[in-house]
Order: sequence, then C-alpha cells, then structure tokens
Amino acid sequence: MGKRTALYDLHLAAGARMVDFGGWDMPVGYGSQIEEHHAVRRDAGMFDVSHMCAVDLRGAGVRPLLLRLLANDVGRLVLPGKALYTCMLRPDGGVIDDLIACYLDEKWFRLVVNAGTADKDLAWIKEHAKQIGVAVVPRRDLAIVAVQGPNARAKTIPLLPEACRGAASVLGSFFGASCDEWFVSRTGYTGEDGFEIALPAEAAAGFWDALAAAGVARCGLGARDTLRLEAGMNLYGSDMDETTTPLESGLAWTVVLEGGRDFIGKAALEKQRAAGEAQKLTGLLLLERGVLRSHQKVFSGAGEGEVTSGTYSPTLERSIGLVRLPAAADGTVEVDIRGKRSPARLVKPPFVRNGKPKIEIQSRRPVA
Amino acid sequence: MSQIPADLRYTKSHEWMRTLPDGTVEIGITDHAQQSLGDLVFVEVPEAGRRLTAGDACAVVESVKAASDVYSPLTGEVVAGNPGLATQPELINKDPFGEGWILRLKPSGGSAAAESLDAAAYQAVVAAGG
Repeated sequence: MGKRTALYDLHLAAGARMVDFGGWDMPVGYGSQIEEHHAVRRDAGMFDVSHMCAVDLRGAGVRPLLLRLLANDVGRLVLPGKALYTCMLRPDGGVIDDLIACYLDEKWFRLVVNAGTADKDLAWIKEHAKQIGVAVVPRRDLAIVAVQGPNARAKTIPLLPEACRGAASVLGSFFGASCDEWFVSRTGYTGEDGFEIALPAEAAAGFWDALAAAGVARCGLGARDTLRLEAGMNLYGSDMDETTTPLESGLAWTVVLEGGRDFIGKAALEKQRAAGEAQKLTGLLLLERGVLRSHQKVFSGAGEGEVTSGTYSPTLERSIGLVRLPAAADGTVEVDIRGKRSPARLVKPPFVRNGKPKIEIQSRRPVA
Repeated sequence: MSQIPADLRYTKSHEWMRTLPDGTVEIGITDHAQQSLGDLVFVEVPEAGRRLTAGDACAVVESVKAASDVYSPLTGEVVAGNPGLATQPELINKDPFGEGWILRLKPSGGSAAAESLDAAAYQAVVAAGG
C-alpha cells in the first residue's frame, strides 16, 4: 500500500481510479480523462498534488546555499515571493531533480520537489546545508492543491482564508504569498493560469469540497500528464534524469552559466557546451493516426533516438510527444509504432498554451 | 459497475460475441474493458476478407493511456470492420455492446468458440480482477 494524501478518502468517494505514483496512491482520473483535460483548458480544474514535497530552508546562509545548489540563478530573485523553475545537478551535470524555488525573505526560501525524488533531494540538500547552518524542513504537514484554467483564479480567491485573498488577487505570474499558514503561488504544470496552494493538511478536505461546489472539476494525474505535455513541460524520470544534463533536455533556458557564480554541475555543463551537445530534447507531432508512447524508437537523418514522453493531445486531436535525438536532427522523422514506421514532424514545444495551439497543424494524411 | 448483457458470449480477454441472424458473429470489447482503458482515441479494425485464427490479434484499441490488442475469439473470415471507429473511436466508450462493435466475422465450419464464457462466467472473471 502506498502513502496517502489528506484527500485520499475524497478521491475514493468521487469514484477515482487510483494508481501508484512515486510511492503514493494517487487518483489517475475520476471518469473521462479527456473531459478533465478540457475542463482545465476551458474553465477550471483541480489536482491533488500533495505527493510533491514542500521544503522550507531557513537561515542566513540560504541564498548562498541555493546559488551553489541550483542551476538557475536565485540571485535574480529580488522581490519577496518571486519563484523560479530550476534543475538541481550532480557534479557531472546529471539532473537530480527539477523544482520550484521561491524567495520569501533573506532567511527563508521554499522549494517544491518531486514525490519520487524527495528523499534523495533532501539528503543532498541537507548534506550541503549543514556546512552553512541552514535548516532543512520538509513540510509533510501540508497538502498541496493545484487549481488551473482560465477561470481558476476567479473561482479560487473567494474560497481562500480572508487573510490570503488580497495577496492572492494581486499575485503576479511566478510569485507566491504566505498567509495564515497557507501558501498561494501563481504557478502550475498545465500551461494555463492558476494557483498552486499549500495548506494545512487538516484544511484540505474542506477546501477541496468548496472548490468542487464552485464548479472546479476534479482532475487526475492522467489529465495532468496530457496537459503538461501539451504545455511542453518535462516530466522528471521520463524526459530527464541523472544520466542527462539540462542542456540535452530542452532546459538550457533554466541554466545560468554567465557571470562568476559557481554551482554544482557548472563545469560539466560548460565543457558540454564547448564541445557541442551531442543530443537534444524536442517536440514531436505524429502525422498519421496512432499514439506516440515513451521508449518508441525514432529514426532521423542524423541518427536514432527515442520518444521520452508521448500521448494523445485532446486539444490538437493529434498525438504529440517529446523525443531525444542527435542534436542535428531536423524536419520529418519516422517513429516505430508497434512495428510500423510512421512519419512525424519535429516541432518546438510548447504545443498548447493558454488554451491555444502553438504549433501549426496540417490536415492529417489520409489513412492508408 | 460495468454492464454484462446476458445474451452475449464472452472471452477471458474481455471480448464479447453476438451471433447475428445470418450466422455471422459481431465482436467487440466489453464495458469493463473500455472502462479500464479509458478514453479511446484510435482504433485499428481488420479489413474485410482477412482470415483469422482463434487467438489472433485482429484489432488495436488505443486509449490516452495505453494500446491494447483485441483477439479474435473465433476462426473465420472478416466480413467487415466497423467503419465508424476510424473517426469516432469514442463509440466504444459510449456504446461498447452496440455502435462500438469492432468487427463481423463469418466463422469457419464448426469452429465454435472453444473457451467462450456466458455472462455469469464472465462476471466471475471480472469480479476476480481479470
């Protein structure tokens, strides 16, 4: 039996199909995954993401610690509440995890890390934190609910504790605010506007029920996966891991090599950049019927590669994926789908943002 | 709770069979199977004239989550694949025992479905988590 979030019983009562995810029993969906997906693109949907782990780092040395631990530059976080997306790297440049880091004050940053990697992340962070006297506090006392979609903020704000409403209604994108033991941030993993809300576990069920009563659709990890993939967002463990660097995972934009700052993994990334990355991660659009799945083989003019994430896109009504290929690959490729080679086009993610397609879709080739 | 119509025959791999008045057999996947797969987005049906042996993979049903083979419960010749599924794979989700049929087969002489189940036996398979 896996670990359970504070909302476990509510998921069962709502008819959720439960699956293991990173050691947690989580809802994969409550009915039609495609309807859940559309609810987020068109209105508002909510996800229990309490399996992810909020970690508070407290102490005067917290900013220097994160300047060294994270590949993105927390020196850029100047306004209290500002957050950034980053990778945490091994000395050889491999990705330990991807995470959100939020600056609250000079003695307090909050990180949110993946469920399946939380234990190794905490061990790694603690090892470095003890040298400069920063306290590392995993917040397993908190539940986390993501509310996403064009109407998500409007439906959520009235249901927040009164002390949070003012702060939440003026939050800029990628800002968070702490209020009354709650923590509201304008972030997400769907390509839509919305909030991620960390709150005391005992308050989670009431908040979840209130959101449902306000017409926010319950959404499972299935819809979360199709939404994030349409948004061109990586999934740790599928699209990158300890054997790949951010530069070969479509995440160069999250790495700050410029300036004198030294961070763990920097030397390896500089060496890789100087030599030229051998492979890259990019988007894939299937041109015929069928569905891209992870680990399918891909054949390009520059050599072979592999689909790292694949699914059906409910918004585009096509199959899309992410693929790791030799860096020179371009144009049209072929994918081995169940023994048959199907043509697909390399495209630059995202596929969909804020409800709108971001890539050009030609009419599909006729079925052979 | 999934539906299991009493007048059909079933397989352990979640196909159903309905014998039509002309002796051909209509084949599809059960309500339980479509619920397990979730939203179907792509279905590949066999072409008329194809000869199948009982146990052959004869169709592919692909959902957002996963692709699965459909196995022919009978030996015989395909009379038709459901043409509606090419553009409306969701017919299987909406009406698995009706509009969501996958193929019609003309059984070879004497090839009764060797291990077919009645509704009660299939219900037991589903209840056992098959």
